[in-house]
Order: sequence, then C-alpha cells, then structure tokens
Amino acid sequence: MANSALNRKFDRIRALEEAGELKPLTGSRALRKMMNNRLAMVGVVIFLIILLSAIFAPLLTAHSPTKIDLRSMLQSPSGEHWFGTDKTGRDVFARVLYGGRVSILVGLGSALLAALIGVGVGCYTGYKGGILDVIALRVSEIFMSFPQIILVLLLVSIAGQSLANLIVIFVLTGWGGMYRLARARMLSLREEEYVQALRSFGISTPMICYKHILPNALGPIMVNITLTTAMFILAEAGLSFLGLGVPLNIPTWGNILNVAKDLRVLQNNWWMWLPVGMVISLFVLSVNFIGDGLRDSTDPSQQG
Amino acid sequence: MTESRDVILQLRDLKTYFALRQGVFQRVTGFVKAVDGINLDIYRGEVLGLVGESGCGKTTLGKSILQLIRPTAGEITYHGADGTDGAVDMCCLSDAEMVAYRKKLQIVFQDPHSSLNPAFTIFGSLQDPLKKYGVKSKKERRKIIGDLLEAVNLQRDYMDRYPHEFSGGQRQRIGIARALSVEPELIVCDEAVSALDVSIQAQVLQLLMDLKKKRNLTYIFITHDLSVTEYICDRIAVMYLGRIVELAHTEDLYEHRLHPYTQALLSSIPVADLDRKTKRIVLEGDVPSPINPPSGCPFHPRCRFAKDICSTEVPALRKVVTGGKEHHVSCHLVDDTVTAA
Repeated sequence: MANSALNRKFDRIRALEEAGELKPLTGSRALRKMMNNRLAMVGVVIFLIILLSAIFAPLLTAHSPTKIDLRSMLQSPSGEHWFGTDKTGRDVFARVLYGGRVSILVGLGSALLAALIGVGVGCYTGYKGGILDVIALRVSEIFMSFPQIILVLLLVSIAGQSLANLIVIFVLTGWGGMYRLARARMLSLREEEYVQALRSFGISTPMICYKHILPNALGPIMVNITLTTAMFILAEAGLSFLGLGVPLNIPTWGNILNVAKDLRVLQNNWWMWLPVGMVISLFVLSVNFIGDGLRDSTDPSQQG
Repeated sequence: MTESRDVILQLRDLKTYFALRQGVFQRVTGFVKAVDGINLDIYRGEVLGLVGESGCGKTTLGKSILQLIRPTAGEITYHGADGTDGAVDMCCLSDAEMVAYRKKLQIVFQDPHSSLNPAFTIFGSLQDPLKKYGVKSKKERRKIIGDLLEAVNLQRDYMDRYPHEFSGGQRQRIGIARALSVEPELIVCDEAVSALDVSIQAQVLQLLMDLKKKRNLTYIFITHDLSVTEYICDRIAVMYLGRIVELAHTEDLYEHRLHPYTQALLSSIPVADLDRKTKRIVLEGDVPSPINPPSGCPFHPRCRFAKDICSTEVPALRKVVTGGKEHHVSCHLVDDTVTAA
C-alpha cells in the first residue's frame, strides 16, 4: 500500500533525525537545486566528458588528426582506428577529439562573448533609458541588418581566413539578439517597486542594474546563450563547408562533417559522418539541458 | 498647537510635469501636470494624510518629495532636527549631494509583491542600503537586520528566506523594516495598506503607529481609503488634479467639509449603520485631463455650486478658521457652502 510506504519513509526520516544525522542545509540553494535536476546533471556530465576529452585529446589517442596515411584510406572502425579513417587515411576519432577544441571554442566562446557585450550594454541602457538607449538600439539594429555571410566574405577577403576572424564575426552579428533580450527584460523589471526602493536609498545605478535587476533577467538570457552556442557551432560548420570558416587543415566538427556532402560517403562510409554528427548533437543537447537547469535553479520562486 | 511645532519639510509651489512627446523629432507637445503648485508644511511627528481619487497626483507628489521623480519647479526644504542640519532645498541637489538626505526620507510601497526583489533573500535585499551607509561588517549587518525584523514583529531568521515564502502582510512589514533600516525621520507610505485585506490592514496600521511612537517618525500617508485616514491621520490634505483643495485637522475636516469636492469625497465613505441614511453626493463626469486642466478652479466643471468666477479665476488656498482651528481651503464660494456642509 502506498500509505505504508509513506509511513516507512517517514519513520526512516524520523530515525535519522533522532540519531542526529540530518544536517541543516548548507551551501548555495541554487547549486542544490541544480544538483537535484536530473536532466541538468546529465547535461553537465555529457558536457564535461566532451569538453575534457577535447582538452586532453593527446592522452586519449595516439593518432595525429592531420597526419595523412594513404595506405589506410577509408577503413571502417577497428581496434586501431575507433571511428575508422577518412579519404586521406586520417584517424576520424582523433579528428573528432581535436576538432572539439576549435568547435567548442568558437561556439561557446562567441556565445559567451556576445552575451557579455549584449547583456552588459542592454542592462545598463535599458535601465537608464533616454538618449543612451536610443543610440544603443539603433547601433544594434545596424549590426543585425548586416547579413552574416557578407560580413564573413568581407573580413576573409581583407584579413584572411582564421579562427579569430570567425569569432569576431559571430560576436558582431550575435550580440544584437542578446542586447535586445536583456533590454526588453530591463524595461519591464525597472518598473518594479524594489527598484524604486533601491533608488530611494541612493544606491548607484550600475549596482542597481547589474547586481539587483540582472539576476531576475538571467533566465531567458541563459537559455539564449545555450541556443546561440548551438547555433554558432552549426554556423561554424556551415561556413567551414563554404571554405569561409576555419581553414580546412584545422580539424573542426564542421570540417569533418563536410565530407558528408558526397553521396557515396553518405551511403558507404557511415563512420565518417555519423560519430561526429552525434557528438555535435549530444554537445548541443547537453548545453541546452544545462541552460534549462540553470534557469530553473536560479529562479527562486520555483521549488526544487 | 500645530503652529508651535517645528516643520520638517516645506513644499513651496512644487510642480512636477511630465513632457508629452510626439513625432519623429520627439517634439514636446504638452505637459501632464501631475503636481501643479503645491504649498504644504509638514510638521515633525505628525501623520499627514494625502487623499484624492486616482490620478490626482498623490503618488507623484510622494515620489517628488523623495526625489525619485525630479520636480519640475518649486522647492522642497528639509529642516533638520533642532535646526542642526539647517534648511536645505532638495530640488537643487545633485544625486551625489542628495545621498545625505536619502537617509532622512524613506518610502513604503503599495504592492507587497513587487516591492521585494525575488532573486535575493531578505538579508540580501536589505544589506546594500546598510553597506552604503557605512555598516561594514557582515555580522553587524545581520544583527541590524535581525533587530529590524523583530521591530516589525517578524522572526529574526526570516532574513534568510526569499520573498515568495511570505504572505502579503509579512512582505509589507519587511518593506517597512527596509524603510526603517537607515533610521529615517520621515516615511512616505504610498498606499501602504491598500493591497492588504482588512484584518491585516489593521495590524500593519497598528505597527506603523507603534513605530511612530518609538522612533519619533513623521508619516506622509498617501491613500484613497478614507476610513484609514480618519483612524490614523493628524491632518488631511485633499488633492484634486495636482493641487491641494483642502487641508485641515482630521476631526475638523470630517466635521466641517468646506470644499465641494471634499464633501463629495467624504460622502462616499460607507457607514456600517443601517439606520443612518447618508446622502451621497455623486459627481458627474470624470476627472479632467491633467494635460489640459480646466481654466480657473480645476473642480468647477463637476462642482454643483459653480459660479462664473470659478471658471475664470484660480482660487488660492485660503486660511479660514472653523471650530477654533486652522483650516485651509481653495474655493471661491467657501462662505456660501459652509452652511451646506
């Protein structure tokens, strides 16, 4: 019976309490809630596995991601080559590990940088309003009206193909969205009475908007960062495919995946695109789970 | 009586206008005259009620006093206790200079659900003002906030809880504790009990009165609830369209309603007595727009006694004496209507 199960549970808790083994809750409440969120923890685990294996790639594989070995072309997965080899005999497993370094750097790095700029500007101008707000809004509109591809073409033709250029482009085209999101939240949150109360104490503007209001706007911003990360990883893949992103000699998840444009590879050599595709999906998924978890755990009105 | 008591705040011809902007170039096309020429002395230790219907500028006046909204014109002079701090017109102070006076004036808000930051514990919300005013150690801040919570009849350890864990009445008391944290001399209660249900209202009002006695506070009590004002206020100022139309001691105002608007307003108080038939004076029409207030007396379009002079000349706030007490009213026809009251 459900009732007796409940009784047993209660008895167990009471026994613990009498034995003095129940400790008062310590530590950050948000962290506790995050730990209790199963999906978020799955996300954290997957995220850490992929991140750490990218960082410690040399320890995990003896193969070089760039070494061409024409004697072992197009081999299917084996004990020697876990994910097989590609058309020029490079080890796909090593390429996926090393490629993760660049892809994660580009995706997560650009998203965080874009968020830093967008939220930093949006938070302050959204709260302050007035002429500053108008200027920031127009500037963001100018940036957002540029097509990403054209900007990439422009910068590649001027400064050449490089990783740094790609990150700059992503940040330039991506901060506008973050800015607008942060600003929109600020516009509604600044009317709350606790903001008036802080002002009546003469608390400084940066303190009010960054310390007191920003935490309330963080939920949607977190989710947006995760979505943007996923978008940037995919965009990197797309641009690399066009030959505009990261140079082809550097392995990235996008560069690896691009062999799948060949129908014969798609049909006959599944190991060249399936593992890396799955890694991309898993990584993006884990980042999304973490984002959801962060949003829930930082929202104090939700019990965890 | 009142005249001998010292003044804490002096409002002189205070005006707070909001510019209306239109078109591509944001040209100023008009002003909302939310507060339009208010003269008022607030005495140390009194409870001054500000009453009036929605949109008459009560809240704007309260926020202007605290410089949360910068007044457009006029003076708000603060007089320190025993003349020690001298008299300062707060309207001319910069934000940085204002900080010293932020300590003296505080505000309690209407909506207990938005007046506390949901992302912080009570301690987190209340500690920054203390930090700002020089309480350096965390231990000391915890002690002060604990004492404040006890002062508003809450438990000390509530400081580690989040706002959503409290009821409306508890939150309102936390709001009061926050206002008290810098030991102010004057507190503006902006509809402080309107959002609470009646039994909680009584508790909170009682608390406010107790605190006033213990800490020697002055209140400006903004409300539209006339039964509350009768209970706690020493003096009442009736506002209409950004101006004060009548100002008197509470009992005096309830006995001698001189201004036609006050008569209408007070006749709307429900009385829990079946035998007593009060005649309600129902006003026609709406409050005129504060963008384009009527000429002359702002109340004349709705006034049942309106004469020609009312639409041409703005009546000044005149002193009359009723029942041996000072009574201010701005109406041309006061002598005519005294009998009607």
